[in-house]
Amino acid sequence: MPSAIEFSHVTRRFGAITAVNDLSLEVPLGSITVLLGPNGAGKTTTVRLATGALSSDDGTISVLGLDPRVDGDEVRARSAVVPPKPALYDRLSGWDNLVFTADIFGADHAAIRPAAERFGIDHALDLDVGGYSTGMRTRLALARAVLHDPEVLLLDEPTAGLDPESARAVLNLIRELAGRGRTIVLCTHLLHEAEGVADQVVLMAAGRARIVGSQEDLAGQFVTNPSVVIDAEDRSVLRLLEDHADVVSADWNGALHIRLTDLDRLPDVVAQLVAAGARITRVQPDNPTLETLYFEMQRSLRESA
Amino acid sequence: MRFDRMLTVAKIDLRRLFKSKDYWIPMGFLAAVFFIALPYLLLTIVTSTTSSDLVNKIGEVLQSLPGPVQDNVIGDTPAARAAYMLAVYLLAPVAIVVPLTISSAVGAHAIVGERERGTGEFLAHSPLTEREIFLGKMLASLVPGFLATAVGFAIYSVLVNVRVGPLVGGWFFPTPGWWVLIIWVVPPFIAMALSVILWVSSRVRSTAAAQQAATLVSLPVIFAAYGISSGLLINPVIAGFSVGVIAWFLAITGLISGSRSLHRERLLGFGGDG
Repeated sequence: MPSAIEFSHVTRRFGAITAVNDLSLEVPLGSITVLLGPNGAGKTTTVRLATGALSSDDGTISVLGLDPRVDGDEVRARSAVVPPKPALYDRLSGWDNLVFTADIFGADHAAIRPAAERFGIDHALDLDVGGYSTGMRTRLALARAVLHDPEVLLLDEPTAGLDPESARAVLNLIRELAGRGRTIVLCTHLLHEAEGVADQVVLMAAGRARIVGSQEDLAGQFVTNPSVVIDAEDRSVLRLLEDHADVVSADWNGALHIRLTDLDRLPDVVAQLVAAGARITRVQPDNPTLETLYFEMQRSLRESA
Repeated sequence: MRFDRMLTVAKIDLRRLFKSKDYWIPMGFLAAVFFIALPYLLLTIVTSTTSSDLVNKIGEVLQSLPGPVQDNVIGDTPAARAAYMLAVYLLAPVAIVVPLTISSAVGAHAIVGERERGTGEFLAHSPLTEREIFLGKMLASLVPGFLATAVGFAIYSVLVNVRVGPLVGGWFFPTPGWWVLIIWVVPPFIAMALSVILWVSSRVRSTAAAQQAATLVSLPVIFAAYGISSGLLINPVIAGFSVGVIAWFLAITGLISGSRSLHRERLLGFGGDG
């Protein structure tokens, strides 16, 4: 699949601080890429470099086949950024903010109301943005981002501080745009919200893309002991598993979460429980969440360091 | 550079400005004081005084003026001549001081304000070129000052004609010198000051620093404007035209080099000096 965004050995320094350090990264066209990493990992700088808002010190960047340093205006015209803070003009109405954006990006004013309706902010378009709640601001920023139907959408912590409805609106937007072949890059540290949306997960640390892959592949790579949830009518029987040879760990969290040496051992484990008199009510593979994966990857990085 | 996008930047800034009462009420008050209240007070004193002492003193001031100016002063009585002189010559610098003050107040936070509000991030990721942003900001800063001057000038003209006209044989204002001043000299003077102020605004880290720097920048321009505006009225057409040509040249040069000083990184908050 061709790349929508390609970073090749890109470095960006701010004085003594190297925010992005020899970063190489490919974002396939029409994919959803989630950039994970702690604060200071270089996620925001990566977004800013992609649009040409910042220039790199070394390396090359290509966005939609263009160099943002040379053709920055075209790159920015074909992309959109939703920053962590919505960056809206407080003294203007929601409508005025969207008209301003439409005029800059050459979008039709007829697109304004549908975009606002899409994010449930159309009722407040006549009000000054200064009176908006955090959620309303983010909804307006999202409406603003899709006005010109961007080919690349870069979302930098868009769900920070949002209510569940607004956060869901963000995720729905991501899925919908990806469904229409748009390329999405989502920077986040709210891992449960990015769960299941990513075609590609990138773990950034110290300005580099340290681990890259699909959530499934990375789970296979980093979560070596498969997890299973087991429950029974008489839970005391399940305590047998705490010392079982095929069980690496067992934790109670509503039900018993066990990690096995191998998933193939599960039928034997269940058979032994049944033989011990357990009436099993639940046996469910517990696929690793993005959060589990994130911490496993972080642990792996620490160990390799 | 796309002219329509530059106008969009200017339009949005002006819209924000006119919705900010905390800005335009004091600025409107300033213009009213200089264009209406102060001239009204002075002209009323001069035209209504019965004190021969005051009239004599004004006559002495008149005689200290250059010959060509004295020749241009009309009026049959010392009070009429004093009022004419006051209206035409002594209050002329107001026409530059007021717009400079208003425009520099807007220009000082035009760019650094985007950084402080966080809206610079939006502009930095937009397809606007740095020049479109800079010149849009310049236009948005220039318009309030010039608009205040145009309105103030119109009111001042009526005021002067009503107060002084009957003493000098009818309505006489604006004189050719004032037309030249308002149309040809004031706009480049504001643009010239703004090119420096916006350059400063794009480099400092806070609005407070920008305002301090803007004051330092505009003070010499105001002093120069004061002297020039008074002087050019002596020989309005030639001097006014010449001063205007120089001011336009400096303004355009300043704007071109000023617009090169704005970089996207500065809109994001990087690379500030102060």
